[in-house]
Parts: sequence; C-alpha cells; structure tokens
Amino acid sequence: MIIAERKPIEDIRRMVEGHDRVLVLGCGTCVAVCMAGGEKEVAILASALRMAEPEKEFKEATIERQCEREFIEEVRTTSDGYDLILSLACGAGVGFTAELLEEHRVVPGLNTKSIGVAEQPGNWSERCLACGECVLDLTGAVCPIARCSKSLLNGPCGGSQDGMCEIDPKNVQCGWQIIYDRLAKLGRLDLMEENRPPKDWSAAHAGGPRRVLREDAEP
Amino acid sequence: MSKGNGLKSGSRLEQVLAAGHFAVTGELGPPKSADPSIIEQKCGYLKDKVDAVNITDNQTAIVRVSSIAAGVLAMRHGLEPVMQMVCRDRNRIAMQSDILGAYVLGLRNILCLTGDHQCFGNHPTSKYVFDLDSIQQVEMVRKMRDGRFLCGEEIRNSKKADLAPPKMFIGAAENPFGDPFEFRVIRLAKKAKAGVDFIQTQCIFDMPRFKEWMKQVVDRGLHEKVYILAGVTPFKSARMAKYMRDNVAGLTVPDSLVERMEKAEDGAEEGIKICLEQIEELRETVGVAGVHLMAIEWERKVPEILERAGLTPRPEVDKQALAS
Repeated sequence: MIIAERKPIEDIRRMVEGHDRVLVLGCGTCVAVCMAGGEKEVAILASALRMAEPEKEFKEATIERQCEREFIEEVRTTSDGYDLILSLACGAGVGFTAELLEEHRVVPGLNTKSIGVAEQPGNWSERCLACGECVLDLTGAVCPIARCSKSLLNGPCGGSQDGMCEIDPKNVQCGWQIIYDRLAKLGRLDLMEENRPPKDWSAAHAGGPRRVLREDAEP
Repeated sequence: MSKGNGLKSGSRLEQVLAAGHFAVTGELGPPKSADPSIIEQKCGYLKDKVDAVNITDNQTAIVRVSSIAAGVLAMRHGLEPVMQMVCRDRNRIAMQSDILGAYVLGLRNILCLTGDHQCFGNHPTSKYVFDLDSIQQVEMVRKMRDGRFLCGEEIRNSKKADLAPPKMFIGAAENPFGDPFEFRVIRLAKKAKAGVDFIQTQCIFDMPRFKEWMKQVVDRGLHEKVYILAGVTPFKSARMAKYMRDNVAGLTVPDSLVERMEKAEDGAEEGIKICLEQIEELRETVGVAGVHLMAIEWERKVPEILERAGLTPRPEVDKQALAS
C-alpha cells in the first residue's frame, strides 16, 4: 500500500490560513490502513483544528479512494460552498481530487512516504520504489532498489556491517544482507555471483511520468 | 615505440605491477577550498616515494576540489594520479564524459567506487545518483578502453576517424572487513569478471581476517587476474586508534592494537612501528602485489615510513610508454 504520515499541525494551520470553510477529506484505502488519512484520522484532525481555530468551519468527509473518478464525484455536491479542501490522501489522491474538483483549492494534509507494508502494528516500511522493471526473481523477492540505501544491483557495498547499513547502523538493515540470507536459505547463492548489467532507468521515473494503457479496459 | 608491449594503459602504476615489483601507492585528499597550495605541499612529501597517488573524489561526501583537477595538479608536481570516481554523484553520461576529459588531460589510472552515502557529508539533503554501481562502472570503463561507450557506440569522432578510446588502468576497492564476509571474495570475483586490473583494500588492522580473505582470493585464483594492493594506515596516536575502532564505518581495529598504542610512550613512533610490521607481513602474504599507504593527514611521514620499510627508491619505468 501507499504509506503516508500526517503533516505537523502547525504546517496544516498555515495552509488553512485565510480560509473559513474547510472540507477535511479522507481517503478510505491505503492511508486509512496506515492510520494517516482514513475516517478516524479525519475526525481527529478536524476536532484538533476546531479547537485551534474555533471561528472556522471544518466539515468531515471520507471517500473510498481519491485516486478514482467515481469516488471523487461522490463529494462534488458536498464540497460546494467550501473554500478549501484539506485532502488526507496520498499525493496522487490530492492531485486527482484537485484535477476533478477544479473550482476548489486543494491542499495536502499528509506527506506521502513510500510503497510499503505494515511490518508490525504502528511500523510501516518501504518495500518498492516502482522502478518499472521488477528484479525480485533474482534476489529472493527482497528488493535491492528499495531496501539498499544506494539501490545497488551487484551486492552490498563496503559499508555493510553486522547486518546493518552504513547510513544508520542502529536502525537501518543492509538490504543486501537480507537478500544474501534469503538466497542462502533458498540454496540460490549462485545468484550472488552473477554480474548484473546497468539498469534501464527509463522504465522508472527517469523516463518521464509513466502511464499504463490497456485497450481491453477502455470504455 | 611501445607497440606490442602488452600494456593496457601504459601508466607508471601498471608498468610497476606488470614488471612484478611490489607497488606502493599513496593517497591525497584534495582541499576543501579554491586554494590549491596544500596539493603542492602534500605532493612534495609523496614525490618519488610512491608509484602513484590516489586522488579522492569528495570523500565522505564532503565537497572538495574535484579529483580530476587535483589529479592534473598532482601530475604537474611530478606524481602519477589515480583518479577516484564514485557512483554517488554522476550518472553514466557524466562519468563517461569525465573519463574522456580526464584522459585527454593525461590521467591514466582510475579507481571505481560506490561512494560514501551523502548523509555522512556536508550536504546530507542532496539527491544521490547511483545510476551504476561500482561493478557496472568497472565494466563501463573497460568497454571504453576497448573502444565503445556503455551504449555500444564506438568511441571516435566520425565514421572515418580512428577509434580514440580512453585507455585507463582500472582499479576498484574491496573491503575484506565488510559483511557478509563470505560475499567479499565473490564481490572481488565479480569485479574481476567486469575487467578490473587492480584492487586497493580498506585499511587493514585485523590481519587474521585479511589473511583469511586473501586465502579465499588465492583459492579462486583471483590474485593471478587482479593485482591486490593491501591498504595500510599508520596510527598517529592512541586517540586516533580508538576513534577508528569506535567511529569509522567498515573498519575493524582489534583492541590489542589500541592497547598497544595506549601503552606506548611515543604514540607516533609506535604507530609507525605497527605500520612497518604490517607492511612486512603483507609483503610475505601470497597474492599481495603492493601496499596502498593511506597516511591520513600525515603525508609528511610517508617518506620515513617507506624508507624504513625498504620500499624506496621506487623502480624506474618507461615514461613514454603507451598502451599497445
């Protein structure tokens, strides 16, 4: 899922400055699961804002997803009369809401962090960088692009020590140590010996904004 | 004159190693300002004492005079540079351009490195590149030497023009003290496959672990494909030994060495003695082709260390040698 985190309340208050009627709009999918922008978080943020700015109106609404046209259409009428939409979606959702409800000013209430997983309750971590050309078949399904701090393709650099990465040896694991251990368990350490060629980064964002087209899904 | 001499680059370092001499390289960190006088001063200590000198590329991600520019200055002061190039700051376009640029300015040795993460340096909010990793970088420089860019295009100005490839002597680093330990020799094997000519290791303090790694290197026959230069660093003081043990990533400093430095009356002299013992032991180690002496901010001691180690004067080479 997309992992996000709410912006500090001071930043959010700065964004609502000069706006009297604010629609706080949640997103019920990824960011609801990672406890950043679902119905519950909308309620918590709205009441915090009401306490801080009692003269303003903060209306609450949450839709299933802000990355799909049909769900955004559901709040078109609700949004009438509000001069600001504070979107608690990921960056894609904020942008798409603004694109469709174009008469409104839309601002982000979250910082989008990563494509990741719920490793533990209250602990979400990055697992994919959407590089556009998956290599997990070569690495025991542990991603070197996302989990190595330098996105190296040919194994760990010299900064791997006791399973940890040089950038933060107390908190960040060496992604390649995880790959190595996984391949050892699978009996596939031979994969560590193969030279991997330079990556085609044009499949990633380096090639420009990406689009997936499927004729069979077109109306 | 040098047609058919078998040399890949004709660099002094390559000639020394190819002739079977025990090579000595040094290290020179460029200054953090536009005042280049320190380069001349450091070169003064190293001139005629080492076969080549590594010019670091913004080491620990701190902005300094570029390795190419400092390398050219080192040449003017009579030293042969080994230009370091990290993958952190350049994509494949900038790397190949800088390799051509360095070559036309006379540089003949390159050391391909991943590079310290930018979080260690003075611009921790910068964006990294890592378009290539150091193994892919080695292969790219080797392809360039063979006449083609990474994309496959030939290195020539027009279809009718002669190939004009940058013929570099290609080095890389290896850290026998990184983990997983069993992978370290595999990494070297991958670099050998990519076409590396020489390796400089991380500073060696944990001699048993280095020798265990060297044994794996020799068992795979890699010492016959690649020249291994063992990294040594003299301690200036007990404080430095402790600091390196406790704070420098990717290093192992045994407690016994720190204790020895602490007990010594003259710390600097003890540091040099330890370094000389290490050099002696490395010269006896099968597969070691030379030493890479990294006298960190202590370049003035390099002549004394190398004289006492019996590694001066350095062998003569053909200064006009070209790659065949």
